[in-house]
Amino acid sequence: MNPSAVTAPTGSGGGGRLSFSRSSQDTLQIAFTGGWKITESLPSLSDVQRELESGSPVRSISFDTTGLTAWDSAYLTFLLQIIEESTQKQIQVSQDGLPEGVRRLLDLATAVPERKGAAKQEKHTPFMERLGTTSVRLWNSNLEVFEFLGETTVAFLKLLVGRARFRPRDLWVTIQECGLEALPIVSLISALVGLIFAFVGAIQLKMFGAQIYVASLVGIAMTRIMGAVMTGIIMAGRTGASFAAQIGTMQANEEIDALKTLGISPMEFLVLPRMLSLMLMMPLLGLYSDFMGILGGMLIGVTVLDLNPMDYYNKTIEAVTLTHIWVGLFHSAVFGVIVSLAGCLRGMQCERSAAAVGNATTSAVVTSIVSIVVATSIITVVCQILDI
Amino acid sequence: MQEKKPHIVVRDLTMAYGDFVLQRDLTFTINHGDIFIIMGGSGCGKSTLLKHLIGLKRPAKGEVLYGDVNFWTAPPEQQEAIIKGIGVLYQSGALWSSMTLAENIALPLEQYTELSSMQIRELVSLKLALVGLKGFEEYYPSEISGGMKKRAGLARAMALDPEILFFDEPSAGLDPISARLLDDLILQLRDSLGATIVIVTHELPSIFAIGNNSVFIDADRKTMIASGDPKVLLKESQDPTVVNFLTRMEAGRRGHVDADKDNRRGTP
Ligand SMILES: Nc1ncnc2c1ncn2[C@@H]1O[C@H](COP(=O)(O)OP(=O)(O)OP(=O)(O)O)[C@@H](O)[C@H]1O
Ligand SMILES: [Mg+2]
Repeated sequence: MNPSAVTAPTGSGGGGRLSFSRSSQDTLQIAFTGGWKITESLPSLSDVQRELESGSPVRSISFDTTGLTAWDSAYLTFLLQIIEESTQKQIQVSQDGLPEGVRRLLDLATAVPERKGAAKQEKHTPFMERLGTTSVRLWNSNLEVFEFLGETTVAFLKLLVGRARFRPRDLWVTIQECGLEALPIVSLISALVGLIFAFVGAIQLKMFGAQIYVASLVGIAMTRIMGAVMTGIIMAGRTGASFAAQIGTMQANEEIDALKTLGISPMEFLVLPRMLSLMLMMPLLGLYSDFMGILGGMLIGVTVLDLNPMDYYNKTIEAVTLTHIWVGLFHSAVFGVIVSLAGCLRGMQCERSAAAVGNATTSAVVTSIVSIVVATSIITVVCQILDI
Repeated sequence: MQEKKPHIVVRDLTMAYGDFVLQRDLTFTINHGDIFIIMGGSGCGKSTLLKHLIGLKRPAKGEVLYGDVNFWTAPPEQQEAIIKGIGVLYQSGALWSSMTLAENIALPLEQYTELSSMQIRELVSLKLALVGLKGFEEYYPSEISGGMKKRAGLARAMALDPEILFFDEPSAGLDPISARLLDDLILQLRDSLGATIVIVTHELPSIFAIGNNSVFIDADRKTMIASGDPKVLLKESQDPTVVNFLTRMEAGRRGHVDADKDNRRGTP
């Protein structure tokens, strides 16, 4: 009866405005004036809700748009909200007062009912249920890992009897990618690690005048563990990630399905050459890394500690026994398997989207690094027990 | 035409992603030499049905038989034999992006035949020429357009002259003339190679021009609501969903829209 006008707080002259009047006891008329556009500041739905709740109960709503100068999707969403609100409250909405175009678009928007079960809701689930589903999921992902391991083994067995199907060219390309092309970064990191070891060791050993033992320290540390661990981590970030991304993208593009429908096993065609090449290259890179690390140590020994290069060389040869080298090689071989498995596994598990490829890559690197550290600990303890 | 022999039999098939049931109780037969159309609105599960037919997805219930072999209970050698006899064009093309077009088409030939690389190269040129891509041998999939990818995927699907070809929306993204040529090609494949062809498509002209059998699946009712020759369906079907689809809603347009409006007024 007494029309109350609601204006958007900051609304300038062009902004949309809203006013209410009761044309009869239970009919609310909403009048829209001004420009209802996305770029303008507009009143919010709560104004309408407040009006609906105040005063006598409303049975029907009608619209007056004589003062409406412009509208776009912002106006439509506002109307849809009003319609939804009133459907819930069982209020009739008469669209007669709306401009022709608005009415037609509203018809379109409400023509196809929401597909049942299509909208995904966040349901609030009780703690125990979440615990249950999480455990089931974890268990299932374990099963997937074992399944993958099994399939890999089968693929390798087929390789042994010469029945595995892959293109030799792919093998060479991956060998090049994860061997030759990794040399620069492996050189840099390993030399720096050797250098750092030498520095840190030197500070302590100097106190006893035993600088020359820097050579044994660096030599043993690099050959036994650090060379392998550093290459492992470098390759996890470099090659493991790229395996996951390559295979994941192929999964997302249905390229893997295309292989399967040709009867070509993706395990043989994609996973096998990648695993083979990394397993071959990793030990070699590990050895190379040992060498670079020792070189880095020597650089510090000779320049900072004033050691004789010949002495340093002899001390290194004396300290680094074949056993250390074998242990290091064993580490590398294990890491090669871990990194390539993790990369290929995460790639094969990838779902069909760009985000999933990103997740697969991250997950491959995380899995590799965690497994590398765990494996190193286990090997170290076992070596301790066996007294190697 | 000679007596019809079933090529693929689908019995009581239920398709689901996890708990989300897409379609249930699908039962139909694809005969040798059919050009079989899978129709239905967007998102009703046509591509998923195709995945069931080519052995990529295990049915939640029911069975898919090739001839009289049940794919999912067959021993691996038999499964492999079935799979070798099919060619698939995926909705997205699914070319192997790290290989050139020639390598894409050559791969199945290298894997399954004893041909020399010279012979393979000639076959590859032939297949590319058939889909109008002669001269694009050394292009990578990222260097060609969407429609060209479709056609290259088609060439790859035909590489081994399979007995049965599956096409997921082959003409989407093609201009009308290429789409028409594709229809001709499909008819040729059927007539000259005797292939059975299964197509997911929305293109009404192709549906009527080449299809001689079909199934119509519906998202709302979650099952098939019609099957048979599309031309017969157009004439005889009583189901408004099917009729609307086949006539682009032009047959009963007035009636339906009015009915909708009345409904909306009646129930606020
Ligand atoms: N991997 C998946 N996981 C869960 N649901 C999926 C998956 N793939 C598809 N769906 C769902 O299955 C339904 C059918 O998908 P499908 O791709 O088979 O549709 P379509 O009939 O081929 O549609 P279009 O004609 O648009 O290609 C969709 O509703 C989709 O949400
Ligand atoms: Mg589809």
